[in-house]
Amino acid sequence: MIKRIYNWIDERLDITPMWRDVADHEVPEHVNPAHHFSAFVYCFGGLTFFITVIQILSGMFLTMYYVPDIIHAYASVDHLQHKVAFGKLVRGMHHWGASLVIVMMFLHTLRVFFTGAYKAPREMNWVVGMLIFFVMLGLGFTGYLLPWDSKAYFATMVGIQIAASVPFIGDYIKDFLQGGDIVGAQTLTRFFALHVFFLPAALLALLGVHFYMIRKQGISGPL
Amino acid sequence: MASDQRKSDEKIVYVGDSRVRKYTKNNVPRDFSAYPGKSEPFVPNFLLKEWMVGAVVLMGFMVLIASHDPPLGYEADPTNTSFIPMPDWYFLFMYQLLKYPYMADEFLVFGTVIVPGLAFGGLLLAPFLDTGPERRWYKRPIASSLMFVGLIAIFYLTYVSWTNYQKTLEEQGIVPEHIERAERIKQGQIEPGTSGGQEDEPIAIVDEDDEGYDIYQRSACVACHAADMNGQANAPSLRGIGSKYSREELEDIMRNGIGTMPGGFWDQSIDAGLTEEEMHHLADWLARQVVPDDGGGEEEAAEPEA
Repeated sequence: MIKRIYNWIDERLDITPMWRDVADHEVPEHVNPAHHFSAFVYCFGGLTFFITVIQILSGMFLTMYYVPDIIHAYASVDHLQHKVAFGKLVRGMHHWGASLVIVMMFLHTLRVFFTGAYKAPREMNWVVGMLIFFVMLGLGFTGYLLPWDSKAYFATMVGIQIAASVPFIGDYIKDFLQGGDIVGAQTLTRFFALHVFFLPAALLALLGVHFYMIRKQGISGPL
Repeated sequence: MASDQRKSDEKIVYVGDSRVRKYTKNNVPRDFSAYPGKSEPFVPNFLLKEWMVGAVVLMGFMVLIASHDPPLGYEADPTNTSFIPMPDWYFLFMYQLLKYPYMADEFLVFGTVIVPGLAFGGLLLAPFLDTGPERRWYKRPIASSLMFVGLIAIFYLTYVSWTNYQKTLEEQGIVPEHIERAERIKQGQIEPGTSGGQEDEPIAIVDEDDEGYDIYQRSACVACHAADMNGQANAPSLRGIGSKYSREELEDIMRNGIGTMPGGFWDQSIDAGLTEEEMHHLADWLARQVVPDDGGGEEEAAEPEA
């Protein structure tokens, strides 16, 4: 039955080549922990993606309860955490996942660096990977403000102050992030928009390019 | 047209009028023994293993989640001047960098732009700077040693920043808000999940004409819990306190304290000129400060203690 549905779609859209590009490839021996245990270092990239998926899913559920304005933001997070079924769990996943994704990405970056996997012809993939790293840090920074507790508020205030001290463009960065004279209502909605729309969009696009390149070029060979 | 003529001897046949080619496919994947080494197909062999690794990681992750609640402090208060701002842990190394003399004040541009710019710019452009054919790290001494220096700096700066923060907390006797709040929730001093926007209707004082109200104004309680009994920063409101504690419990709290409240206020009140009898009356009166049932705030029905 499934086979027939697949064939029906395949005849019309010719999806087999796409499926092949995505899934039908070899996993070489030197990256397979089943053959060399030390090859577990090659898992970090996949785990980063795994945690990123967790982040996206848990974040989607959080937006069902979160209210991005300064009157209700804190109360909605408090309500979510203490009154909503599994709210604590979902917020916990998003909170701790944010740290874990940084850790995994850091380890993945180190693996690529120390195995020299960024060398020709894979330079562009490294650059895209670093851009992903910066987007992730941006997600961390913008997400930190959203619960609107004192920690969030003052950390963001200090962060924006530091950004404002950058010569020439500092004031523009500050205006862009803050949206007004103080860290307040405008800042919160801006950070929410950045955290939920702009940065994830950039992240998904970059991830797409990252994965396209690794599929096209294949994983770097053994040392 | 010419295209019509070409169509007859054209090898490529399309599905209907679409641009999807119609051809008999050879869907048999290549034999993986053709690849060098002990490689295996991604689907399904390797994916299943990856799936298991993912499941183990997910289990560990969920254990972490279940055992560590996500922190939440008090609502942001811009007028709070004593709060020590701390960024998330992965920004600490950059934050700490700015605290060194040659990275701050007139040299601030070093701390905010030049040093991080060189570090991250170098990282971003690493493949174009480290262009040699060697891939092993020990055969790329410059790149590797720069990375090691960077790593040591990151770990060191993060460590220093965090220990300094802990030391400041200890010296100033500050408990981080999210820890304090979690503790107060555990002790029942805060009703979680109901903060903000719902305190329009203040809880009324029961029996304001009673002698107890007068005694309260003369007791040591009033200093923290305020004359209107609404409390302040660290002292909760006493309005409706009878819904939470009985007379005996209230007397115990006055004597021995609770949570962050120290004990000894019973004796202090006596010293301030109140009699034992008056204090018992006060406790009795406080126990009668119950939230009316239609208030909806407290679910637990007040027990008529006295």
